[in-house]
Amino acid sequence: MSSVLVILEIKDRVISRISWEAMAAAHILAEGRGLPVDVAIVASPGNPILAKIQGKPPRTIHAVDHKLLHAYTADGYTEACAQLIAHLKPAYVIFPHTYQVRDFAPRLATRLKQVLISDVTGIETHAGAGPSAAPTFIRQLLQGKLNARYSHTGTGPCLLSIQAGAFRADASEGGTTTVEHFEPKLDAAQIRVQPGEPFRASAQTVDLGSASILVSVGRGIKEEANLPIVKDLAAALGAELAASRPICDAGWLPMERQVGSSGQTVAPKVYLAIGISGAIQHLVGMKGSQCIVAINKDENAPIFEVADYGIVGDLFEVVPALTTAIRKVKG
Amino acid sequence: MKIIVAIKQVPERDARIRIDAQAKWIDLTDVEFNLNESDAYALEEALLLKEAHGGEVVVISAGPERVGKTIREALAKGADRGIHIESDDLASYDALGVARLLAAAIEEEPEDADLILTGLQSDDLGLGQTGVIMAEILGLPHATLILKIEKTGNDIKVLRELEDGWFQHLDLPTPAVLTIQSGNSKLRYATLMGIKKAKTKEVRRVTVADLIHNDPEVKPADPVILLDEVMLPSKQRTTQMLSGTPAEAAAALVEKLQFEVRAL
Repeated sequence: MSSVLVILEIKDRVISRISWEAMAAAHILAEGRGLPVDVAIVASPGNPILAKIQGKPPRTIHAVDHKLLHAYTADGYTEACAQLIAHLKPAYVIFPHTYQVRDFAPRLATRLKQVLISDVTGIETHAGAGPSAAPTFIRQLLQGKLNARYSHTGTGPCLLSIQAGAFRADASEGGTTTVEHFEPKLDAAQIRVQPGEPFRASAQTVDLGSASILVSVGRGIKEEANLPIVKDLAAALGAELAASRPICDAGWLPMERQVGSSGQTVAPKVYLAIGISGAIQHLVGMKGSQCIVAINKDENAPIFEVADYGIVGDLFEVVPALTTAIRKVKG
Repeated sequence: MKIIVAIKQVPERDARIRIDAQAKWIDLTDVEFNLNESDAYALEEALLLKEAHGGEVVVISAGPERVGKTIREALAKGADRGIHIESDDLASYDALGVARLLAAAIEEEPEDADLILTGLQSDDLGLGQTGVIMAEILGLPHATLILKIEKTGNDIKVLRELEDGWFQHLDLPTPAVLTIQSGNSKLRYATLMGIKKAKTKEVRRVTVADLIHNDPEVKPADPVILLDEVMLPSKQRTTQMLSGTPAEAAAALVEKLQFEVRAL
């Protein structure tokens, strides 16, 4: 029977929050289509993690287990998922949009003659039957400056990956779920890439997560020599300094001050985004902040979509004026 | 070492966003185009490998006439030759269709590449899949979000970025497809000499019809996903815009932070 299949991801021995968000998205789609939700996870059937499924209970948990899947490889995961999908024949396959999914899901989609609709932020279900009632999916274009509505027209499963923070994970409910063991047929020769152990480049010495105010700087600052104006603002506010990726890549600030999908996820009381346009990769790291202030020269910058207060203007004029005004208030 | 770099021409980062009449894309009138950022880093990695180990760097791109300019810029930076898949209706293909065209043109190369590089995602559509799809079509191993490439005999060792400040090394046999993350190296500028030399470098132009003629499999199937329409994003929060001179806007913001947010 057709279903919505969610592929959950384990990270640091727990099922990550973005997996529960993907499952919530799956339930929205499943309710609209009148389909059951099943989940699959790479784990042994006896793994205690299977008892920790959150949100609305799925119909079945497929424990996909093989010794060649113990370390993640794109080759192994693609082949295992392709076999699972051939076995279950789901109508939809939903992934959390993680780096790991970005690595193998496009390959899996190609093997199934499909295209992954990646980084989905919205699902629209439509009443009725027939092609006009097919669900549509929203994703962002042009670094978040534009939204697009996509539909799936192919025969065969529709594959989606769900952006972090786009759906709220459901509260857990009681219910019965059965666990089924699925052992894909894998051969060591199929795994062409040899993965090494993950490591951290350097010990983290700055904990942006504990700061109540963050002053975060992006490309708009133009040059390293201009950084003192944001440092002065941070000092006046008693804030920690953070940055978007290009600033850290350029070496102007250390990597550990980077906010976004490849850096830290923060949710301070106030987040001041200075000269940050607000690409998706940055927004997922800070959109949970209680209050977001954006200062940017481009009134169409996507950062203003998530901002509570916005100033459109030249940061080289606005930021020093703000520092002066704050010093006056704080005396 | 022969390295093919798939590059994409995209609207420049600050391009004005006006939705076109069909609501399928932005109005491209007066829009400037640039080399996609992560593709620029893929090109840089290829040029660094060539400098270290010798060989050839070939850039490939699909799109209309204007794409020729981006290919020339890559040649000016040091790529040896270019392949331009000419197409005025690339938007009618989905990611699988575009990757099929690129893969078909790559397969027509007389000598197999050791590495195929591309950026991890485009700044316009942002699907982040073309490289990985090509790898599957070509039957090659792949790795994504790559920061560094090191040649180890016939194989390569790459540094892959993971989430939250973690990294991982991977060993791959060649040929392989790698998608490159932005930011790891400093991008070179084209020199005057490079720009001059680029004018005489070969750019092979192929049409979609040529590719289909040589391999009927390439013939575009109906797309499996469709971009139905584009729209301006709806706001996720109500933004209070603070206007006036910089001093006035700053004073207004301080007042909000003091009395509404109570953060000062």
